[in-house]
Amino acid sequence: MNKVRTLEFDEAIDDALGQAMAANPRVMVIGEDVGMIRHNLLVRFGRERIKSAPISESAFVGAGVTAAMAGLRPVVEVMIVDFIGVAMDAILNHAAKIKSFSGGKWNVPMVVRAACGGGYGDGGQHEQSLWGWLAHIPGLTVVVPSTPADAGGLMLAAIESDDPVIFLEHKLLSPSWLDFMGRGGRSTVEFDVPPTGTMGECPKKWQPLAIGKAACRREGEDLTLVSVGVGVHRCLEAAQELAKQRISASVLDLRSVVPLDKDILYEQILKTKRLIVVDEDYQGFGLSGEVAAVALESGLKFSFARVCTKQTIPFTRHLEDQVLPNTQRICAASIALMQN
Amino acid sequence: MQPDLWSLYRLMLYSRRFEEAVAALWHAGHISGEMHLGIGEEAIVAAVVSQLEDQDAMALDHRGTPPLLMRGVDPVRLLLEFLGHPDGLCGGHGGHMHLFSVKHLSASSGIVGASGPSAVGFALAAQHLRPGSVAVAFFGEGALNQGMLMESMNLAAAWHLPVLFVCKDNEWAITTKSATVTGGNLMNRAGSFGMKTMAVDGSDIEACWQSAWEALCQTRDNGEPVYLHASCIHLEGHFLGDQLIRTSRHPVKEMRKMTGPLMRSFAKMHGSNVRKRMGGLRHILATIQNIRTQMSIKRDPVVILRQKLHGEELQLKLLEDKIDTEIEQVLEACGLADVKVNDE
Ligand SMILES: Cc1ncc(C[n+]2csc(CCOP(=O)(O)OP(=O)(O)O)c2C)c(N)n1
Ligand SMILES: [Mg+2]
Repeated sequence: MNKVRTLEFDEAIDDALGQAMAANPRVMVIGEDVGMIRHNLLVRFGRERIKSAPISESAFVGAGVTAAMAGLRPVVEVMIVDFIGVAMDAILNHAAKIKSFSGGKWNVPMVVRAACGGGYGDGGQHEQSLWGWLAHIPGLTVVVPSTPADAGGLMLAAIESDDPVIFLEHKLLSPSWLDFMGRGGRSTVEFDVPPTGTMGECPKKWQPLAIGKAACRREGEDLTLVSVGVGVHRCLEAAQELAKQRISASVLDLRSVVPLDKDILYEQILKTKRLIVVDEDYQGFGLSGEVAAVALESGLKFSFARVCTKQTIPFTRHLEDQVLPNTQRICAASIALMQN
Repeated sequence: MQPDLWSLYRLMLYSRRFEEAVAALWHAGHISGEMHLGIGEEAIVAAVVSQLEDQDAMALDHRGTPPLLMRGVDPVRLLLEFLGHPDGLCGGHGGHMHLFSVKHLSASSGIVGASGPSAVGFALAAQHLRPGSVAVAFFGEGALNQGMLMESMNLAAAWHLPVLFVCKDNEWAITTKSATVTGGNLMNRAGSFGMKTMAVDGSDIEACWQSAWEALCQTRDNGEPVYLHASCIHLEGHFLGDQLIRTSRHPVKEMRKMTGPLMRSFAKMHGSNVRKRMGGLRHILATIQNIRTQMSIKRDPVVILRQKLHGEELQLKLLEDKIDTEIEQVLEACGLADVKVNDE
């Protein structure tokens, strides 16, 4: 067995990235401020491979697409996923479609890395999740890890993938992003950070984690809670609360939105007959509806509820905490589902 | 035309003291998230905003506090917004990067470059509905590499729209020295759209006022865009709590956390050759060392203006005391009477 060590979430990602860069000189990092944000990689790989970009997302993400087609393995950072709006054409009409357009003869091995998510009071242009919006586009893979070990393993898999992968790291799990955007060195602010997500055991040598394999984080009998990212940890907390009321909940961590691990989803639904999707991304036309739809298509009979973000994320902290899925909302939805 | 330096000093100092109070509140944990201040940019902002007319519009970036204060937004409602209060300017929903005032035709965005298209739309509406009015776009030099801002300049030029593009150039975009990721010369770039361009020292309020006067006359009277480039500083760095500023202020304490992982990574097997690794290391050290160039207090526009007004010590003191009292009243009205602003 591979030796283990304890790493923080973002450390794990950069560590796996470093391993991939060491193994393959074609892997490079492009993005705004990467010279500082990825300083540990910069002093190992130099400025040609940790390439600082101007504030020109549409150009450098677009360039990432063809750089990948022409042989590089770029990991393009758009800082936070909200800024992907500026680069959307490169992703929607190019990265996602080249393989199909070329009759499968040309592919885009690019990773787009971005921080995502809220819970630290930065307002609705900086705290979105958007994985459902991205997952809507055929041709993209979208991964959302919830633990350091998954984050490193999925980053390595994303780099090794021959097709475009969107890699989203939640800011509440990633101490450097949380300090950058929320804490700013202050000891006067607090955040509801799930400890098991920010720090955890990781292999000394990374192996790629199969993309599209969900993980069952807790086995239960009465209902299945499905989520990604920080939502997984909120579900685990809720499941503990629910256990006190003799409700036994499974918690399924999808780990990737695309591909969606349907088999394990069906298994859990078959067992518990009740399904709740907890999604920090927007409710309408997103992950929660998709999960319900594929489960229905399979012919399963189950009752369903969802706890998602339904509106633009408000700046003020107490409203934000209500708008994003929280443990109370998950518990309330679970109890209501048990009763009907 | 001559500027009224006293009223400009009032605008600039009020904005400075207000943002200092905001900084204290942010440090004390009363304000969440990021906080970008306009401390150091007050001269160009005051020069432009003080010469706007009632129906003019403003498109703002992530440093919207000074222009809104100077435009006449209620400071209590602005501060309540930062505190996330329901009586805030936007009901606590926006926060400092997403400030809107219908009355002042002012809209901000935290998306770098977005003030370009916003100003063009405001100017288009002005052309149809409010002839003689103009729209101002405020942005930093980093934003000039954003496609949407370039496209906006072309649109404004091609459609003959009254837009004043105001670049506040502090030479940095977060941790990136903008010159290292920018091709050519920004004045030429803006000029190549066929706009009149002007450059000014953003620490010199008289020069800023004069340039803004000419620029606004030009755009208002001719209905054509103008580009005004002001060199500025950011005395607080990119945002409050800026890690690079922390590191450059307390190198021993802050570097201690950073050096372990950094040196381990530097010495890790498999990677680039030593020359490239050294290059990376040099880049980081140079960035930490140079980040303070944007904070040169010698170029503080408020201090420089005060020096111009010296000799009138009594009047200065009266004005400064009055502003302090007004800021205290704002804090009181926000229920923050006991927060010590000068503690930080
Ligand atoms: C589209 C987009 N990309 C990146 C960012 C992150 N960001 C916020 S401010 C900033 C730097 C802006 O530099 P500049 O335009 O020079 O303005 P300054 O902050 O120096 O006033 C960046 C990159 C953003 N907010 N929006
Ligand atoms: Mg700048």
